[in-house]
Amino acid sequence: MTRVGLFIPCYVDQFYPQVGIATLQLLEKLGCEVFFPMQQTCCGQPMANSGYEHLGAGCNENFVKDFASFDYIVCPSGSCTLHVKDHLHSARDEHAASQIRSRIYELSEFLTDVLKVEQLEARFPYRVGLHQSCHGQRGLMMSQMTELVAAPFSKPVQLLKLVEGLELVALNRKDECCGFGGTFCVTEEAVSVKMGKDRVADHEQQGVAYIAGADMSCLMHMEGILRRKGSAVKVIHIAEILNSVIDEPAN
Amino acid sequence: MNQRIKDHPDLAEKFNADEARVNWHDETLWWIRQKRDKAAWLLPEWEQLRETASLIKHNVLSNLSEYLLQFEQKARENGIVVHWAADGDEHNRIVHSILKQHGITQIVKSKSMLTEECHLNHYLADNGVDVVDTDLGERIVQLAKEPPSHIVLPCIHWKKEEIGELFHEHLGTPKGNADPQFLTHAARLSLRKNFLERKVALTGVNFAVAETGEFVVCTNEGNADMGAHLSDVHIACMGIEKLIPQRKHLGVFLRLLTRSATGQPITTYSSHFAKPRKGQEMHIVLVDNGRSAHLGKESFRNALKCIRCGACMNTCPVYRRSGGHSYHNAVAGPIGSILAPNFDMRANADLPFASTLCGSCSNVCPVKIDIHNQLYQWRQVLVKEGFTPRAKTAAMKAMAVTLANPGMYKIAGKMGRIAMRAVPGLVNNKFNPWYNQREMPVPPKESFKEWYQKNRKS
Ligand code: SF4
Repeated sequence: MTRVGLFIPCYVDQFYPQVGIATLQLLEKLGCEVFFPMQQTCCGQPMANSGYEHLGAGCNENFVKDFASFDYIVCPSGSCTLHVKDHLHSARDEHAASQIRSRIYELSEFLTDVLKVEQLEARFPYRVGLHQSCHGQRGLMMSQMTELVAAPFSKPVQLLKLVEGLELVALNRKDECCGFGGTFCVTEEAVSVKMGKDRVADHEQQGVAYIAGADMSCLMHMEGILRRKGSAVKVIHIAEILNSVIDEPAN
Repeated sequence: MNQRIKDHPDLAEKFNADEARVNWHDETLWWIRQKRDKAAWLLPEWEQLRETASLIKHNVLSNLSEYLLQFEQKARENGIVVHWAADGDEHNRIVHSILKQHGITQIVKSKSMLTEECHLNHYLADNGVDVVDTDLGERIVQLAKEPPSHIVLPCIHWKKEEIGELFHEHLGTPKGNADPQFLTHAARLSLRKNFLERKVALTGVNFAVAETGEFVVCTNEGNADMGAHLSDVHIACMGIEKLIPQRKHLGVFLRLLTRSATGQPITTYSSHFAKPRKGQEMHIVLVDNGRSAHLGKESFRNALKCIRCGACMNTCPVYRRSGGHSYHNAVAGPIGSILAPNFDMRANADLPFASTLCGSCSNVCPVKIDIHNQLYQWRQVLVKEGFTPRAKTAAMKAMAVTLANPGMYKIAGKMGRIAMRAVPGLVNNKFNPWYNQREMPVPPKESFKEWYQKNRKS
């Protein structure tokens, strides 16, 4: 059995527990032995991306303590995964930190690359647009990027194709940033909101019922914009779709 | 807080006040980005070309002093007068002294971001020299008394109707005529006069070849050639990083430059200047202006590979929605944001934060500059150097303490959620920049951790 340490980012823990639950249930369904270290908090990304990486030592040491013993660490967020992969260090146990850096996976890449999932019992009969969050897509290389001359692939799409009834739409701008960007969303409010509005409009033009993504932070930003304008379009994390068996999504 | 009064967020907010214009700006640049994609996809060896270009530039930066000396020697042998300028001021003085020698008070100039960086036009104007910018876009922003907002498309932020008005005022075209062909023709007639009258032409340099002492100037309008060929004195100004080792390397860069910039297979005019023609004087000014110091910063050195194609601006979702002037720097956009702090950290401390770190810039860059990583690195440097609002530092410190402590995190999270549910006005107010134009997430009754404790732990 694959031993997995589950890392649920702080904002998912606090605001989107259903995403954590779906991730946990999905991994168990697929035969993993999942452990959730109760002392975990945050990977330190909000500080680091704001220029305060040096304040992240406390978060880092926690993280190393919580996750050093696992073969795999899985996280339902591309940007937190990328942060750990690129920036986790430890003064106390750098060896453990370096192992964690190479053993952490974003959920969908874990499913495609490690578990090599080829079928799923999931059903989600809706029109869905996929928001490919930048840190996952360009940072973790979860899919081909429109800027590069290279063969097409997408790990989240590969998984969504296994879901019964799901109709994936093509967007005008396949991998444009939504403008969340961590603290950017408040320090550069005007541009952040404009980017979010444009991103949401692309999905709306395709008549989607849901905007799906592998990063709840981008979805939270777009959800804020959708709700402010009273749109019927909803956001949903890919874990919830992959874990949904009935046609009622967890929301 | 040690920041300029108007920084990127304020200027971008101003730009965003006119949403229709933002849409138009965004769509125009996105269209160019798509043209670039098509042009790149036509070359199966595209990624290999980028890698080659990056490696050639790597070699140049590692051996810059030798290539510079080689270039100087060859250029002198070719009959070019070579000048060295340590900074922008010295560059301006050198240019002015050449003009003074000839008693010249009027010149034509083709596009050069270096002279923008050195504020040459200003300097010359203060010294009684009239400069006419001959690139059409540059001419437009010059008439409007504005700096360029994009390094390749300097007046991309202007609409044709506005240009019609401007030309009516300055070139006497009929009011209300905004036909691009007509306006271009009007500009052409006026510029032609300038070309014929002025004795000194100043151009930029796209590539200088160490092996041969020659340099290449790329324009789509042929204006550099018109100026240089009609003048008695040709002054070319270049940053010292523009060198490439050998002539054979030009093929790599010329194939990348315009495909990245506009999606064209090659620039309309790629003119080689090897030596002055008979009776002409040719000068080249090699400008450092902070580049050697920059070269010494290991994490940021790669930025000097830039060939100024502008692709990173066209792809940048922030640039497209904030306009070039919000970067308050000669070079705007992603590359400007990593170059500018090298010149002046204090004045440009806001720029590395004007990014979501989406990484698209690094992917389009034809010389593979790790732009978004440098933006991240600059943030760390700027915070350490203290160029950050005090309130932000305090908030970050409090956050770091809470998040490093599982007990405190749990209590803070729970209290936060309870407060948000009980007193939504606490966060749903005008002091919360999230709430201005977005709804807050609805806080759930229990966190994932609480759910797990109940459902899985016992
Ligand atoms: S950084 Fe790269 S993409 Fe941007 S202008 Fe320079 S060469 Fe072009």
